[in-house]
Amino acid sequence: MGKAFGAVLIIITVVSTAVFFFHDFGGMSLWLPVDASEHGHGVDHQLMETMYGSGFLFVLSQILLGLFVWQASDRPQGWKYRIFPGGAKPMVISAILLVGIEILTLSFVGSKVWAGIYFTSAKPGALPIDVQAGQFAFYFRYAGVDGKFGALHPDKIDEGSGNFFGLDPRNDEAARDDIVVATMVIPVNREILLTLHSKDVIHSFYVRELRLQQDIVPGLMIPLHFTATKTGRYEIVCTQLCGLGHYQMKAYLEVKTQEEFDKWLKDQEAAQ
Amino acid sequence: MSEAAHQHGEPTGFIRKYIFSVDHKVIGLQYIGLGIVAVVIGMILSWLMRLHLGWSTLAIPGLEKLSPTGAPANVMTPEYYLSLMTMHGTLMVFFVLTNVPFAGFGNYFLPIQVGAPDMAFPRMNMMSFWVTFTAFLVLIAAFFVPGGPPLSGWTAYAPLSAVGESSGPGEGLGQTLWGLSIAIFCVAQLLGALNFIATTLDLRTKGMSLARMPFSTWAWFITSVIGLLAFAVLLPACILLVLDRVAGTSFFVPGGLVINDRMQPHTGGSPLLWQHLFWFFGHPEVYIAILPAIGIVSHILPAFLRKPLLGPRVLIGCLAAIGFLSYMVWGHHMFVSGMNPFSAILFSVPTLVITIPATIATLLWIGSVYGARIRFSCASLFCLGFISVFISGGISGFFLAQPSIDTYLHATYFVVAHFHFVMGVAAIFAMFAGIYFWLPKMVGRMMNETLGKIHFWLTFVGVYCIFMPMHYLGLAGNVRRYAAFTDDFLAPLVPVHQFITIAALITGAAQFIFLYNLVWSRFRGPKATENPWQATSLEWSTTSPPPFDNFGGRQLVVHQEPYLYGVEGSAGDYVMQTSPETVEAH
Repeated sequence: MGKAFGAVLIIITVVSTAVFFFHDFGGMSLWLPVDASEHGHGVDHQLMETMYGSGFLFVLSQILLGLFVWQASDRPQGWKYRIFPGGAKPMVISAILLVGIEILTLSFVGSKVWAGIYFTSAKPGALPIDVQAGQFAFYFRYAGVDGKFGALHPDKIDEGSGNFFGLDPRNDEAARDDIVVATMVIPVNREILLTLHSKDVIHSFYVRELRLQQDIVPGLMIPLHFTATKTGRYEIVCTQLCGLGHYQMKAYLEVKTQEEFDKWLKDQEAAQ
Repeated sequence: MSEAAHQHGEPTGFIRKYIFSVDHKVIGLQYIGLGIVAVVIGMILSWLMRLHLGWSTLAIPGLEKLSPTGAPANVMTPEYYLSLMTMHGTLMVFFVLTNVPFAGFGNYFLPIQVGAPDMAFPRMNMMSFWVTFTAFLVLIAAFFVPGGPPLSGWTAYAPLSAVGESSGPGEGLGQTLWGLSIAIFCVAQLLGALNFIATTLDLRTKGMSLARMPFSTWAWFITSVIGLLAFAVLLPACILLVLDRVAGTSFFVPGGLVINDRMQPHTGGSPLLWQHLFWFFGHPEVYIAILPAIGIVSHILPAFLRKPLLGPRVLIGCLAAIGFLSYMVWGHHMFVSGMNPFSAILFSVPTLVITIPATIATLLWIGSVYGARIRFSCASLFCLGFISVFISGGISGFFLAQPSIDTYLHATYFVVAHFHFVMGVAAIFAMFAGIYFWLPKMVGRMMNETLGKIHFWLTFVGVYCIFMPMHYLGLAGNVRRYAAFTDDFLAPLVPVHQFITIAALITGAAQFIFLYNLVWSRFRGPKATENPWQATSLEWSTTSPPPFDNFGGRQLVVHQEPYLYGVEGSAGDYVMQTSPETVEAH
């Protein structure tokens, strides 16, 4: 029975690890999608470091367990048990050393990556975009020609007439040229500053290729800044359970070249 | 002192003996029985959910009868999927993972392992169970009310859970019942925790010093302390949530919300406040589930290794350290919640540090297996399986503890894999080990080992087939809590979900082998002797099952450490805790 346990455990360990390693199966990728943001490299690097460190601990501990159980099955009647050389001390020391070093490096390096995304503010000149989430859609607002966002009036929100943000263009000059769209379009290699807010329950802003996830909490205006480095069309999905349509709550992010973006923006302004 | 606690005589009527019993053993079995009912419901719910995730348009015969609106023409609606998911999580976390390893086994064996005739407060103990049972009925009632069960998940994030039915089906009466049920559950846990603490501190028999208590007793004791602090926070949080729903308060709901084009009457509350209160309970809750499991496994393992564990005091120190640190880490559930990003670092560091005591405990088990001649039984196999799944579940914690990685993996299937392995599967393996090990003591009959081993192998391989692929899905960016994967990005991953579903159906079916074995053994199993496993702790110094006052009027005197295996004693290769003989160190 011990040999069976050891063998099954080692097979499980090898197969589990192999899938992480190969992760591409006939067009189905079980790995992170392409990284399209400036800070994404740091996130991916941190993830790989953790993958190697904890993968080593995973394989080592499972195989040791399997091996010891395998050995334990062949022993004769009346066997006098053996104590692990050195007793508990090597266990305590190796746990503190191995895991300690692992977590020290991870915390230092990882905190830097986190700080790079969240502790800094956007540089002047970043393109501001206002994001409103609601059951079950995202809407995006650009300031328009005047560069100013109109104020938000929750009591004026009316999905039927398309006033998703609750703008008051009649009395509020700044709101008149605000551009409201359902797809977020941004220029590549330019910093974007989002202001995230929700009109009803908690939603989340998740773009896999940007390695970014941020809850959108009603009552809070949450800033989030990033720079996309690859043109393309990516999904923005909601990751915070928000009700029955949660699984369909998504929008698209289109990263265009500066020229394409300028043209797009002009077209939008003209359409207002 | 112990005499005074147990002056009531053995009851003779059926109701006082088996239903409203003050006997901790009956209460322990009631908790375990309730846990089994809850786990069967929870597992069937997971089957339904898994079927829907694999084949989202599949008609499941009979589902319409459970909910005509939730499953018209037997096909589950997205909102009904979320309701089943909410009920699955709530049942499993509260009524299985908290009830069985802690309240169930703890009630039955804590008094016996310290040599007491009953709990310190037997009537309060009876009340704890019946309050828990009430909480269970209130929760189950949510299936049958208009709108159905809540859909806000077991974490019930406000404002979705607080603003009422306009925010979604099930968010009416169903969600209110959820809040009430959990509040009632908290009361029962608080009473139970007080009882466990008082019993451990005051009712130990002569010679049972703290250092001589078995690992399981230590684990139940430490868990009680954690529970006392954690449930004391969840209780008011749930009351505030219910008040927001029914009394028009705004603890968790900010002003200016517009739902279905209607302005909400609330103003001034904070959604993050609910998350802080919930996770201040919620993270220690993970340890409320896993510490008793660790204690049970550490208690059972030496009896089958026939040697003591390495570093017993270190292990108890690890349990205490985990318990202490469990209060400093709740914010790691909230890295991307919108709280101050500086605090993410503060919560990340203790989260990573908590892996040190957990790693030490794991290495102590592995090192203890070295050089043993293992007696392979269902109980020992589930203990060894526990170590393996505990490692697998613990390792993924390294990723999620780091905010910079969590920003990608948060709310993906990677998280689902992590907590199911480390909290769900590991604790369930400990429960199985506990039942195979202790059922002979609890009902006086042995379980069938052949059926048990078939159950073990199917379960062990099965859980890896279910939960290991979820890590890959998470890395690929597969978001959790989605009723179906319809969009371009997720649709290609559906074959993996179908594989998981098939694995879950087979593994789930294997659990009926266990249930059959349990029922068959209860009535037809071979009679158990007083000490069938040749184990050393006090529960094996009395008849199987023990008499009403546990030791038939005797007061046991403890002379030994709890795990003297592999030594020459008058009984064989072990020395009972009650044996007065002198033992030489190995």
